[in-house]
Amino acid sequence: MLNLNADEIKISTRHLNFYYGKHQALFDNNLDILTNCVTAVIGPSGCGKSTYLRCLNRIFELYRDQRTEGEIIIDGRNILDKTVDVLELRRKIGMIFQKPTPFPMSVFDNVAYGLKLHFRLSRKEVGERVEKALIGASLWDEVKDKLKRNGMALSGGQQQRLCIARAIAAEPEILLMDEPTSAVDPVGTLKIEDLIEELKTRFTLVIVTHNMQQAARVSDYTAFFYQGQIVEYNRTQKIFTSPDRKQTEDYITGRFG
Amino acid sequence: MKRRGMFFRKALNFTVKLWSIFFVALAVTIIAWVLFTVFRSGLKAFSWTFFTESTKPYGIPDGGIGNALLGTLFITAGAVIIGVPPGILGGIYLSEFAQGRKRGNIIRFSANVMMGIPSILCGLFIYALLVYTTKHFSGLAGSAALAIIMFPVVLRTTEDMLQMVPDSLRESALALGTPRWRATFSVICRAAKSGLITGVLLAVARVGGETAPLLFTALWSDDWPFRFFTEPTANLTVTINEYATNSPFDVMHTRAWGAALVISIAILALNIFCRLAFKDKKGI
Repeated sequence: MLNLNADEIKISTRHLNFYYGKHQALFDNNLDILTNCVTAVIGPSGCGKSTYLRCLNRIFELYRDQRTEGEIIIDGRNILDKTVDVLELRRKIGMIFQKPTPFPMSVFDNVAYGLKLHFRLSRKEVGERVEKALIGASLWDEVKDKLKRNGMALSGGQQQRLCIARAIAAEPEILLMDEPTSAVDPVGTLKIEDLIEELKTRFTLVIVTHNMQQAARVSDYTAFFYQGQIVEYNRTQKIFTSPDRKQTEDYITGRFG
Repeated sequence: MKRRGMFFRKALNFTVKLWSIFFVALAVTIIAWVLFTVFRSGLKAFSWTFFTESTKPYGIPDGGIGNALLGTLFITAGAVIIGVPPGILGGIYLSEFAQGRKRGNIIRFSANVMMGIPSILCGLFIYALLVYTTKHFSGLAGSAALAIIMFPVVLRTTEDMLQMVPDSLRESALALGTPRWRATFSVICRAAKSGLITGVLLAVARVGGETAPLLFTALWSDDWPFRFFTEPTANLTVTINEYATNSPFDVMHTRAWGAALVISIAILALNIFCRLAFKDKKGI
């Protein structure tokens, strides 16, 4: 199994169980995510990979019948604790969804949204930070002349990078990506994958994907989930070349899933 | 097993289709007939002074419906101001904060019951509450009565429109660390904006032609409606009622037809506008 340096661990789940009503979707989940690495979570549909991601920023709390047991420790603190400020937690942890979700406002306002939420800034500073975030999301060159245009008028891939810009403008430490390219065409996918490579110098990334080539291309570590359990977790190279478990090998070679 | 004959099945299919078409045609014919009658009799009343002059007391042959037209606009605007904010906020509560909760179901059920209350009861209620106690009929009381009718309509359409906003948009707003109320107003309501406007306009269309709630609240007057808060206020529907049922003069009957035509056109235009402008929104 994997030996990780404790100082470099950003997120740890401890005995994490998750329930949708009576249905249990995660079983005794223990996973350590390293700082400034890209960790991919792969597995067949319904294996709990999205569920795992949705625990980390407590977005599941939007739905009344969803609940967790166990601990999620981020920077030494159990974030499932009721005393944790969930708004600050979510500033620290950005999330990108499967379908791009630009807000019904201009490109500029989309990016400024998260900024204005968390920081008191002058108009000039907002402008500078929006530009910085758009540059950071490799979108600036494409939208610098249409900042006033509605964000929903951009192409699918551009919308997704807009969402990334919006997330990184709030200066998070962690970015969660839930199948970020599944609704994006191949060219857009390539741009987002290049972007992920750049983002990992500044953020800790956890990316859920059903595309194994993508996991192999972009990630440093890969966790294979199956039926709510972690089957194997290791360096991506190891998982894709010589996995320890037969189940992992079957999945990545396409024999099931 | 013996199969039923093809002829029988085809004949049955044809008969059902024929009857359906017949009744649709019947319904459309009746609507067309009503509109035709209103147009034929109402157009005769239309002239410049019909819109600029106020109504005159019995026995004076000239006059128009200008004051009633303006009064109806005031009363309806008042109803929007009183009835729409609580309706929208209630709809937001149902959609965003009480989804799947028992109290949400109770409120939703109550709103549905409220929509079925005969409008004359709303009028009586406001009469007892605002007119009887202050000893004054007023346009404001009329607005309040109409607001009671609008409230559940706006509430339910607001809930439906907000529920059409995908959860992914809600989640991404909250995932940025947005407080729930702020996500609701700045993202969810904005995404549902055209639907919310449609809901309000349809509620306006719904109360625009109401007569019963105004009968003992706004009453009716020959004056211009500038003492809206304290005095009986002219309005189209009660004027129609008055002229059509109490007046022996033909010229007043014609004016009542004219007022009916004005209301018909306004409500028809409002409905058509809503349907064309927000065609992509289903469920309207």
